[in-house]
Amino acid sequence: MKLFVFSALVGFLFIPTGCGPTETKVQRGNREQVLHLSNGSEPESIDPHIVTGVPEHNVISALTEGLVTEDPVDLHPVPGMAESWDISEDGNVYTFRLRDNAKWTNGESVTAQDFVRSFQRILTPSLASKYAYMLFLMKNAEPYNKGELKDFSQVGARAIDDQTLEITLNNAAPYFLSLLNHYTWFPVHLPTVEKYGNADDRGNPWTKAGNFVSNGPFRLKEWRISDVMIVEKNPDYWDANTVRLREIHFYPIESIETQDRAFRNGGTHNTYEMIPAKIEQYQKESPELVHIDPYLGSYFYRINTQKKPFDDVRVRRALAMAVDRESIVKNVTRGGQMPGNYFTPPNTAGYTTTARIPTDLEQAKKLLAEAGYPEGKGFPKASIIFNTNESHRAIASAIQEMWRKHLNIEVELINQEWKVYLDSQRNGDYFLSRAGWIGDYVDPNSFMDMWTSWSQQNQTGWSTDVYDELIAQAGKTGDAEQRLEYFQQAEEILMAEAPIIPIYIYTRVYLLDPAVKNWNPTILDHHPYKHLYLESN
Amino acid sequence: MIRFILRRILQTIPVLWAVATLTFFMLRLAPGGPFADERAVSPEVQKALEAHYGLDKPLIAQYGEYLFNLIQGDLGPSFKYPGRTVNEIIQIKFPKSMELGIYSMSIALVFGLTLGVIASLKPNSFLDYVPSSLSMVGICLPTFVLGPLLVLVFALKLKWFPYPGWDGPAYKVLPSATLGFFYAAYIARLTRGGMREVLTQDYIRTARAKGAAAHTVILRHALRGGILPVVSFMGPAFAGLVAGSFVIETIFNIPGLGKDFVTSAFNRDYTMVLGLVVFFAALIVVFNTIVDVVQVWLNPKLKLE
Repeated sequence: MKLFVFSALVGFLFIPTGCGPTETKVQRGNREQVLHLSNGSEPESIDPHIVTGVPEHNVISALTEGLVTEDPVDLHPVPGMAESWDISEDGNVYTFRLRDNAKWTNGESVTAQDFVRSFQRILTPSLASKYAYMLFLMKNAEPYNKGELKDFSQVGARAIDDQTLEITLNNAAPYFLSLLNHYTWFPVHLPTVEKYGNADDRGNPWTKAGNFVSNGPFRLKEWRISDVMIVEKNPDYWDANTVRLREIHFYPIESIETQDRAFRNGGTHNTYEMIPAKIEQYQKESPELVHIDPYLGSYFYRINTQKKPFDDVRVRRALAMAVDRESIVKNVTRGGQMPGNYFTPPNTAGYTTTARIPTDLEQAKKLLAEAGYPEGKGFPKASIIFNTNESHRAIASAIQEMWRKHLNIEVELINQEWKVYLDSQRNGDYFLSRAGWIGDYVDPNSFMDMWTSWSQQNQTGWSTDVYDELIAQAGKTGDAEQRLEYFQQAEEILMAEAPIIPIYIYTRVYLLDPAVKNWNPTILDHHPYKHLYLESN
Repeated sequence: MIRFILRRILQTIPVLWAVATLTFFMLRLAPGGPFADERAVSPEVQKALEAHYGLDKPLIAQYGEYLFNLIQGDLGPSFKYPGRTVNEIIQIKFPKSMELGIYSMSIALVFGLTLGVIASLKPNSFLDYVPSSLSMVGICLPTFVLGPLLVLVFALKLKWFPYPGWDGPAYKVLPSATLGFFYAAYIARLTRGGMREVLTQDYIRTARAKGAAAHTVILRHALRGGILPVVSFMGPAFAGLVAGSFVIETIFNIPGLGKDFVTSAFNRDYTMVLGLVVFFAALIVVFNTIVDVVQVWLNPKLKLE
């Protein structure tokens, strides 16, 4: 009945608005090389020195290019703004030669000074860049960012001439070139920034459409807040011949249900995420749309080692051993995740750990008894905190049940609102806490240095000198094989001491229209836009 | 009437002050700050961030500064979106929410009043049961069910409407209808109730006795009194509608203000939360004033003074 009434209304509204659209955005996009992307949330900003998120990365990587850029298949560094580079024998000094035809969207040349000034800007303490530490590999970058060093000329970035840039590192780092693809290393056009305010003012409106100057394969055309961000092909880009897309429209669609409906209705070429309950159905009905890509991230629980009974390594190991990871990925997450008895995702820049925390119920029971809780008797009431989210709850419930069944211990589940959860974790106000870590760059260091005593990200209260020393050694050695060996040893310690319970290795699960070509599964979920094109079958 | 409105404006000032003050201090009591992130920031960066936004000053000084800026209409910079001010965000998003609000309210009034009046004429008859049950269904069916349902039928299956977004007239039909039907259901029930009461009054009997045509009695004499409950409902309802709806904006991905009411609180975007609350409070005061004026106009028994 209601629908009947509605049809009457629709009929009424339909006449003045004319016919409904016959061609969807995606269909028209395919004809006109306009890519419509679901991009999660609204970008906080497009200033590469300010932002921290993934949706921001997706937009910035279309607009801006660093010294190197990424191979579309395996993301290895290929020439970007720099056409070539030399590495000193000890691996500490990189000399980049910038291209003649590297241009800003305002027509000016991209110079070595632009890079030096950009590095200086992001490291300026008053800019308060959350990600400035990504540059700490560079000589004296850290003391400058902390305000201990005032003279920027002592920092390891120097413009030898307009087109030659020299970067000096603290130690040789084999992942340095890959790291350059992190947006914190991207250049900004300082004269433009300064035109609209102070370079160290976070609120500087230089990022608005019309003000923004960049150097990437695309340029900013329009930014309608919470609606769409439109970038168009940049004709002055040095490699413009490769760029086949005419425009990309980034839509901030946060709800996964809305993403799903938008995709089905031809509003977007992809979904940003996928409703877990629908994965199987899609795989059955339209497998060509479903993408399950390996992703450089680890899902785990932090254990607060400062709180009893978790100060006892036997208790921590017992808990970690009583988690059936196979069952979690098969029955709970169901998105092709890999069960993780280790922390660093396998094959990260040639590193696959041999360390394991086994799933071993007998051993777990034994350890718990040794720690003074035979059959779970007398085990104090503990809890798992997680940020409010259905998937986190489902995983926590599964683990709660496993511990109850196998170890006879009770843990309580506490969901907390996001910021409250962050606060609890930060202040050590928890027993067990759900966490996830996505690598910033493809190197084991991105996963291992967070467990050192000096890392802000540790938050477990756990540290050992041996571990710290191994990570420090790995940072210093010039021998690539030796370096991986240090990481192996470090991860062995991490698994043996178990300040964390690794659970699974992430995948990226999403839908993608088959018309999008050259879109490859990459471990960082980067899909260099300049190689993409659209072709409907 | 001018005096009445002026007095209302004067009364608004302490209301807004109280709202701003309460919100300001309650926000600061909430655990977690605007700069907390999955990746913890170093103490140095945290300090610099606080210094940039003036959060390092004593709370009372921050409060004083906030009020001082508020008086000048400056709601401050957004913490979550560097480079944008709260004023700017409201300026960009409010018109969209308002547009959606106006369309929905129009649909709600047309359908709600019609159904309500029909239902009131012959109580406990077929003509009453049908509209009354319809409005009951409308009240019980939440927008987060009706919205996806309409999308499924009219966008995904029939392909009559594009989805999602807010790009042109065709995009606006489904969200306006979803929200409109929900309010129509309320209005229908209020109208029916109001009309039932008025139709038993002596002056209606008098009008009938004097031989006025049935439709004249209903539309000219009864409706004027019968919709009074609807009018009082309209004030806060309309303020709520134009300020945006979290659910509808999420389902249809509309760049309105409704989502920000929720997300800014989650983000601990202090200035954004404060700005929105003060803005919404002001809206309610404005619409309530309008409602008061309309009520006096409709009901000769009331006076503004």
